[in-house]
Amino acid sequence: MANESNATSMSMIVTKGSLDWGYPPFILATTAAAMGLEVTMFFTFYGLTLLKKKLDLKVTTLGNPAMAMPMMGMHMSMPNIVAALPGVDSAATAMMKNLTRKKGVASIEELRDMAVEADVHMIACQMTMDLFEYKLDDMIEGPVLGGAASYIETATKSDINLFI
Amino acid sequence: MADQLLDAKGLNCPLPILKAKKALNALPAGGTLEILATDPGSVKDFEAFCRTTGNELMEHTVDGNVFRFIIRHSA
Repeated sequence: MANESNATSMSMIVTKGSLDWGYPPFILATTAAAMGLEVTMFFTFYGLTLLKKKLDLKVTTLGNPAMAMPMMGMHMSMPNIVAALPGVDSAATAMMKNLTRKKGVASIEELRDMAVEADVHMIACQMTMDLFEYKLDDMIEGPVLGGAASYIETATKSDINLFI
Repeated sequence: MADQLLDAKGLNCPLPILKAKKALNALPAGGTLEILATDPGSVKDFEAFCRTTGNELMEHTVDGNVFRFIIRHSA
Protein backbone atom coordinates (compact mmCIF):
# COMPACT_ATOMS: atom_id res chain seq x y z
CA MET A 1 0.00 0.00 0.00
CA ALA A 2 1.36 3.41 -0.93
CA ASN A 3 -1.05 5.54 0.97
CA GLU A 4 0.94 8.78 1.07
CA SER A 5 -1.45 10.57 3.39
CA ASN A 6 -1.37 7.76 5.98
CA ALA A 7 -5.08 8.20 6.51
CA THR A 8 -6.61 4.77 6.70
CA SER A 9 -10.04 5.46 8.11
CA MET A 10 -12.89 7.91 7.72
CA SER A 11 -16.12 8.45 9.56
CA MET A 12 -19.03 10.68 8.80
CA ILE A 13 -22.20 11.86 10.44
CA VAL A 14 -25.04 11.84 7.92
CA THR A 15 -27.78 14.24 8.98
CA LYS A 16 -29.68 15.10 5.83
CA GLY A 17 -32.07 13.01 3.76
CA SER A 18 -33.05 14.99 0.71
CA LEU A 19 -32.28 13.81 -2.82
CA ASP A 20 -29.46 16.35 -3.24
CA TRP A 21 -27.95 16.01 0.24
CA GLY A 22 -28.07 12.23 0.03
CA TYR A 23 -25.33 12.27 -2.59
CA PRO A 24 -22.23 13.65 -0.82
CA PRO A 25 -22.09 11.04 1.97
CA PHE A 26 -22.53 8.07 -0.37
CA ILE A 27 -20.15 9.44 -3.00
CA LEU A 28 -17.44 10.07 -0.41
CA ALA A 29 -18.02 6.79 1.43
CA THR A 30 -17.86 4.62 -1.69
CA THR A 31 -14.83 6.47 -3.05
CA ALA A 32 -12.94 6.33 0.24
CA ALA A 33 -13.68 2.60 0.50
CA ALA A 34 -12.44 2.14 -3.09
CA MET A 35 -9.25 3.96 -2.09
CA GLY A 36 -8.65 1.50 0.71
CA LEU A 37 -10.00 3.40 3.69
CA GLU A 38 -12.14 1.86 6.38
CA VAL A 39 -15.36 3.88 6.36
CA THR A 40 -18.09 4.31 8.96
CA MET A 41 -21.31 6.24 8.39
CA PHE A 42 -23.50 7.31 11.30
CA PHE A 43 -27.04 8.06 10.12
CA THR A 44 -28.95 10.38 12.40
CA PHE A 45 -32.01 12.62 12.23
CA TYR A 46 -33.07 13.17 8.61
CA GLY A 47 -30.07 11.23 7.36
CA LEU A 48 -31.64 8.06 8.74
CA THR A 49 -34.21 8.11 5.96
CA LEU A 50 -31.37 7.18 3.56
CA LEU A 51 -31.37 3.69 5.10
CA LYS A 52 -34.99 2.93 4.28
CA LYS A 53 -35.48 -0.03 1.93
CA LYS A 54 -37.75 2.05 -0.24
CA LEU A 55 -36.24 5.45 -0.91
CA ASP A 56 -38.56 8.27 -1.87
CA LEU A 57 -36.14 11.17 -1.72
CA LYS A 58 -37.14 14.64 -2.78
CA VAL A 59 -35.42 17.90 -3.45
CA THR A 60 -36.82 21.33 -2.70
CA THR A 61 -35.84 24.69 -4.08
CA LEU A 62 -37.50 26.34 -1.06
CA GLY A 63 -34.97 28.43 0.83
CA ASN A 64 -32.24 27.33 -1.54
CA PRO A 65 -31.24 30.39 -3.59
CA ALA A 66 -28.11 28.65 -4.90
CA MET A 67 -30.14 25.94 -6.61
CA ALA A 68 -30.35 26.90 -10.26
CA MET A 69 -31.45 24.16 -12.63
CA PRO A 70 -30.36 24.22 -16.25
CA MET A 71 -33.49 24.90 -18.25
CA MET A 72 -33.96 25.92 -21.87
CA GLY A 73 -30.32 26.92 -22.15
CA MET A 74 -30.43 29.09 -19.04
CA HIS A 75 -30.25 28.54 -15.32
CA MET A 76 -33.47 28.99 -13.43
CA SER A 77 -33.73 29.57 -9.74
CA MET A 78 -37.10 29.67 -8.09
CA PRO A 79 -38.48 32.49 -5.95
CA ASN A 80 -39.60 31.10 -2.58
CA ILE A 81 -43.20 32.10 -3.20
CA VAL A 82 -43.25 29.86 -6.28
CA ALA A 83 -41.21 27.10 -4.63
CA ALA A 84 -43.86 26.85 -1.90
CA LEU A 85 -46.64 26.00 -4.35
CA PRO A 86 -47.98 22.43 -4.40
CA GLY A 87 -46.34 20.34 -7.10
CA VAL A 88 -43.18 22.41 -7.40
CA ASP A 89 -41.13 20.02 -5.22
CA SER A 90 -42.22 17.01 -7.29
CA ALA A 91 -41.37 18.87 -10.48
CA ALA A 92 -37.92 19.83 -9.14
CA THR A 93 -37.38 16.23 -7.98
CA ALA A 94 -38.34 14.82 -11.37
CA MET A 95 -36.04 17.32 -13.03
CA MET A 96 -33.12 16.40 -10.77
CA LYS A 97 -33.60 12.66 -11.38
CA ASN A 98 -33.80 13.30 -15.08
CA LEU A 99 -30.57 15.31 -14.99
CA THR A 100 -28.67 12.65 -13.03
CA ARG A 101 -29.71 9.99 -15.55
CA LYS A 102 -28.76 12.20 -18.47
CA LYS A 103 -25.35 13.09 -17.00
CA GLY A 104 -24.39 9.55 -16.03
CA VAL A 105 -24.60 10.25 -12.31
CA ALA A 106 -25.43 7.20 -10.21
CA SER A 107 -28.71 6.98 -8.32
CA ILE A 108 -28.61 7.10 -4.51
CA GLU A 109 -29.82 3.48 -4.48
CA GLU A 110 -26.91 2.45 -6.70
CA LEU A 111 -24.34 4.25 -4.55
CA ARG A 112 -25.84 2.83 -1.37
CA ASP A 113 -25.67 -0.71 -2.79
CA MET A 114 -22.02 -0.10 -3.67
CA ALA A 115 -21.32 1.18 -0.16
CA VAL A 116 -22.85 -1.95 1.37
CA GLU A 117 -20.91 -4.10 -1.07
CA ALA A 118 -17.67 -2.30 -0.15
CA ASP A 119 -18.23 -3.16 3.54
CA VAL A 120 -18.80 0.43 4.62
CA HIS A 121 -19.86 0.25 8.28
CA MET A 122 -23.23 1.84 8.90
CA ILE A 123 -24.66 2.84 12.24
CA ALA A 124 -28.35 3.75 12.44
CA CYS A 125 -29.10 6.15 15.26
CA GLN A 126 -31.33 4.35 17.77
CA MET A 127 -32.66 7.60 19.22
CA THR A 128 -33.80 8.79 15.78
CA MET A 129 -35.44 5.41 15.14
CA ASP A 130 -37.51 5.98 18.31
CA LEU A 131 -38.08 9.68 17.70
CA PHE A 132 -39.48 9.30 14.20
CA GLU A 133 -41.01 5.88 14.88
CA TYR A 134 -39.06 4.07 12.18
CA LYS A 135 -39.44 0.31 12.06
CA LEU A 136 -36.43 -1.96 11.72
CA ASP A 137 -38.37 -3.86 9.05
CA ASP A 138 -38.44 -0.75 6.86
CA MET A 139 -34.64 -0.39 6.88
CA ILE A 140 -32.08 -2.16 4.69
CA GLU A 141 -30.07 -5.05 6.12
CA GLY A 142 -26.58 -4.26 7.30
CA PRO A 143 -26.60 -1.16 9.52
CA VAL A 144 -26.17 -1.78 13.24
CA LEU A 145 -28.11 0.25 15.79
CA GLY A 146 -26.12 2.60 17.98
CA GLY A 147 -25.95 6.01 19.54
CA ALA A 148 -23.66 8.98 20.01
CA ALA A 149 -21.15 6.99 22.08
CA SER A 150 -20.81 4.39 19.32
CA TYR A 151 -20.09 7.13 16.84
CA ILE A 152 -17.63 8.95 19.11
CA GLU A 153 -15.71 5.74 19.71
CA THR A 154 -15.39 5.33 15.94
CA ALA A 155 -14.42 8.99 15.51
CA THR A 156 -11.60 8.73 18.06
CA LYS A 157 -10.10 5.98 15.91
CA SER A 158 -10.68 7.60 12.51
CA ASP A 159 -8.20 9.80 10.68
CA ILE A 160 -10.92 11.79 8.90
CA ASN A 161 -14.23 12.76 10.49
CA LEU A 162 -16.91 14.58 8.52
CA PHE A 163 -20.29 16.05 9.36
CA ILE A 164 -22.67 16.21 6.42
CA MET B 1 -2.81 -4.29 -24.79
CA ALA B 2 -4.25 -4.41 -21.28
CA ASP B 3 -5.61 -7.61 -19.75
CA GLN B 4 -9.03 -6.11 -19.19
CA LEU B 5 -11.05 -3.24 -20.66
CA LEU B 6 -13.46 -1.07 -18.70
CA ASP B 7 -15.69 1.22 -20.71
CA ALA B 8 -16.73 4.01 -18.33
CA LYS B 9 -17.70 6.44 -21.07
CA GLY B 10 -20.72 8.56 -20.16
CA LEU B 11 -20.37 7.84 -16.45
CA ASN B 12 -19.86 10.61 -13.96
CA CYS B 13 -18.04 10.89 -10.63
CA PRO B 14 -17.51 8.65 -8.73
CA LEU B 15 -18.63 5.77 -10.97
CA PRO B 16 -15.48 5.47 -13.14
CA ILE B 17 -13.33 5.11 -9.98
CA LEU B 18 -15.73 2.69 -8.29
CA LYS B 19 -15.99 0.50 -11.39
CA ALA B 20 -12.22 0.61 -11.90
CA LYS B 21 -11.65 -0.49 -8.31
CA LYS B 22 -14.01 -3.42 -8.82
CA ALA B 23 -12.31 -4.41 -12.06
CA LEU B 24 -8.84 -4.14 -10.50
CA ASN B 25 -9.90 -6.39 -7.63
CA ALA B 26 -10.84 -9.07 -10.14
CA LEU B 27 -7.37 -8.92 -11.72
CA PRO B 28 -4.37 -10.84 -10.41
CA ALA B 29 -1.42 -8.82 -9.07
CA GLY B 30 0.47 -7.37 -12.03
CA GLY B 31 -2.60 -7.48 -14.26
CA THR B 32 -3.43 -4.38 -16.28
CA LEU B 33 -6.72 -2.57 -16.72
CA GLU B 34 -7.55 -0.18 -19.54
CA ILE B 35 -10.21 2.38 -18.73
CA LEU B 36 -12.07 4.63 -21.17
CA ALA B 37 -13.82 7.64 -19.67
CA THR B 38 -15.42 10.86 -20.82
CA ASP B 39 -15.56 12.56 -17.41
CA PRO B 40 -12.90 15.31 -17.52
CA GLY B 41 -12.64 15.07 -13.71
CA SER B 42 -11.49 11.48 -14.04
CA VAL B 43 -7.98 12.60 -15.04
CA LYS B 44 -7.17 14.13 -11.67
CA ASP B 45 -9.19 11.47 -9.91
CA PHE B 46 -7.37 8.46 -11.40
CA GLU B 47 -4.04 10.10 -10.53
CA ALA B 48 -5.20 10.60 -6.94
CA PHE B 49 -6.68 7.11 -6.80
CA CYS B 50 -3.42 5.54 -7.94
CA ARG B 51 -1.23 7.63 -5.61
CA THR B 52 -3.40 6.70 -2.65
CA THR B 53 -3.88 3.02 -3.38
CA GLY B 54 -0.42 2.28 -4.77
CA ASN B 55 -1.73 0.97 -8.08
CA GLU B 56 0.47 2.10 -10.93
CA LEU B 57 -0.91 4.53 -13.50
CA MET B 58 1.12 3.32 -16.46
CA GLU B 59 -0.43 5.35 -19.22
CA HIS B 60 -2.79 8.22 -19.66
CA THR B 61 -3.77 9.51 -23.10
CA VAL B 62 -6.51 11.66 -24.57
CA ASP B 63 -8.27 10.97 -27.85
CA GLY B 64 -10.81 13.68 -28.61
CA ASN B 65 -13.11 13.71 -25.61
CA VAL B 66 -12.20 10.22 -24.48
CA PHE B 67 -9.63 9.73 -21.73
CA ARG B 68 -7.76 6.46 -21.70
CA PHE B 69 -5.94 5.14 -18.64
CA ILE B 70 -3.91 1.99 -18.11
CA ILE B 71 -3.52 0.93 -14.51
CA ARG B 72 -1.45 -1.99 -13.22
CA HIS B 73 -2.90 -3.82 -10.28
CA SER B 74 0.00 -3.51 -7.90
CA ALA B 75 -1.60 -2.71 -4.55
